[in-house]
Amino acid sequence: MFDFLKSPTLTFQEFISLAGRATINIVRRPFHANDMMIQMDVIGVGSLPITVLIGFFSGAVMALQMSRALSQYGATGQVGQITAITLVREMGPVLTALLVAGRNASGIASELGSMKVTEQIDAMRALGTDPVKKLVTPRLLAMCCTLPLLTILADMIGIIGGFIVAVPMLRLTTTEQYWNNAWRSLEYNDIAQGLLKPLVFAYIIALVGCLYGIRTTGGTQGVGRATTQAVVVASVWIFVFTFLITRVFVNL
Amino acid sequence: MSTSVLKFDNVSLSFDGVEKVLDSVSLEMNAGDTLIILGAAGTGKTVMVKIALGLLKSTSGRITLFGQDVTHFTEPQWLTIRPRIGMLFQEGGLFDSLTIEENVAYPLVNRTKMTAEQAKPKVEEALKFVELGHTLDKFPSELSGGMRRRVGIARAAVSDPDLLLYDSPTAGLDPITANRIMALIIQEREIRNATSAIISHRFQDGHMMANFRYNPESKQLERMPEDSPLRQRTRFLVMHDGRIVFEGNERELDASRDPYVSKFSMHRSIH
Repeated sequence: MFDFLKSPTLTFQEFISLAGRATINIVRRPFHANDMMIQMDVIGVGSLPITVLIGFFSGAVMALQMSRALSQYGATGQVGQITAITLVREMGPVLTALLVAGRNASGIASELGSMKVTEQIDAMRALGTDPVKKLVTPRLLAMCCTLPLLTILADMIGIIGGFIVAVPMLRLTTTEQYWNNAWRSLEYNDIAQGLLKPLVFAYIIALVGCLYGIRTTGGTQGVGRATTQAVVVASVWIFVFTFLITRVFVNL
Repeated sequence: MSTSVLKFDNVSLSFDGVEKVLDSVSLEMNAGDTLIILGAAGTGKTVMVKIALGLLKSTSGRITLFGQDVTHFTEPQWLTIRPRIGMLFQEGGLFDSLTIEENVAYPLVNRTKMTAEQAKPKVEEALKFVELGHTLDKFPSELSGGMRRRVGIARAAVSDPDLLLYDSPTAGLDPITANRIMALIIQEREIRNATSAIISHRFQDGHMMANFRYNPESKQLERMPEDSPLRQRTRFLVMHDGRIVFEGNERELDASRDPYVSKFSMHRSIH
């Protein structure tokens, strides 16, 4: 009767086991620092331009949307606060994570998937290296280092985007007031959740990408399937976890 | 009595508990043996060598490698024993992102504490052996199928393993390239005196292994004398639906009346 639960449960179990092994490997020799650097370049530097663009426009659109509502209450001076808080708490982490999931969860899944179907992962094991250590851990570490940095950048650029809409474009407030307002509204609570989220999302993106890649079966078609699934699953979990984390922080 | 290298005792593997991919397979290889595993596609040949390497876990039975019971080995334990086995994968299994030199150096650099520089002479020697000494800086995608297979042989043999497993070394290759690869495998057997198992669907491959040896002086293959001990040590296995349906030497294979087995022998035209 509950047969339909078998496969998701199994996947979840595999995910937890992969997460455990990948995490333990962080402190175990040998370290593949070189692989990690390459991945940081691919994930971090590779995502820079698009993160800047997305960050800028999300901040700009936020200020634009809020302009009408705020002017109704005569509170246009608060635009800096609204932009800063929404970006740092929610939009920055989630949008950056979704973007990186689209770029890199798929990239990781297809790379590892192709390696799987051409027996390269088997060959790696046969030649005495643990694929989790060589392939998964460097990607996980690289993601954990770069995603928070990308998020910080997106937040910053987003606030600048909001500023450009609010001050030079719509003249909702003054430059000084905007920045003062944005700066003062941020509390430690906001910063903490704004930095915890990308760290959790980094885990989700890297491990989901790796898991679906490593599990690939069925030739090139399987690689395509794994890629799509990785992006979908990673995106869904990002939303679930942003809800859970926010739920915890709201009460703090 | 020579030492046992690989032993299977009633090894079975089934997926989801229904479909039996391998059905009570028992076999033994002693040091210096050559085993030729014949069979059509999907009869469990590859699965068998993957179990021998610990890449797949059997559902039942006992596996012994170099006198050690490895049936319940964990992955870290396997990582310690695998360096003693060299494996050529079906399509070569080369790493796309690494150059040919890095590919062949991989087992040396990752298993031993050797640096890439220290490994270089051995890598060059191994590549020269398979006549690919000029491809060091190329990537696998720049080589032909036969060349990739040869690099795979070099990588499997570079760390002087005690057991060499070749998964379909000639599959999908033209007869000339296929013969060249078989000649290399025979040469490898002669020089390293390693125990080797070859999976194939071509009888000719087995015939070459069973009848030819490499003469280091003339640097050519030559027919083995009738009383050569190598002849005694070359055995054929024929697999059908996950089971071993024949085991014996070439003469016995030729004499077999079994319609499936005789498809893999010289006189298949009779049937």
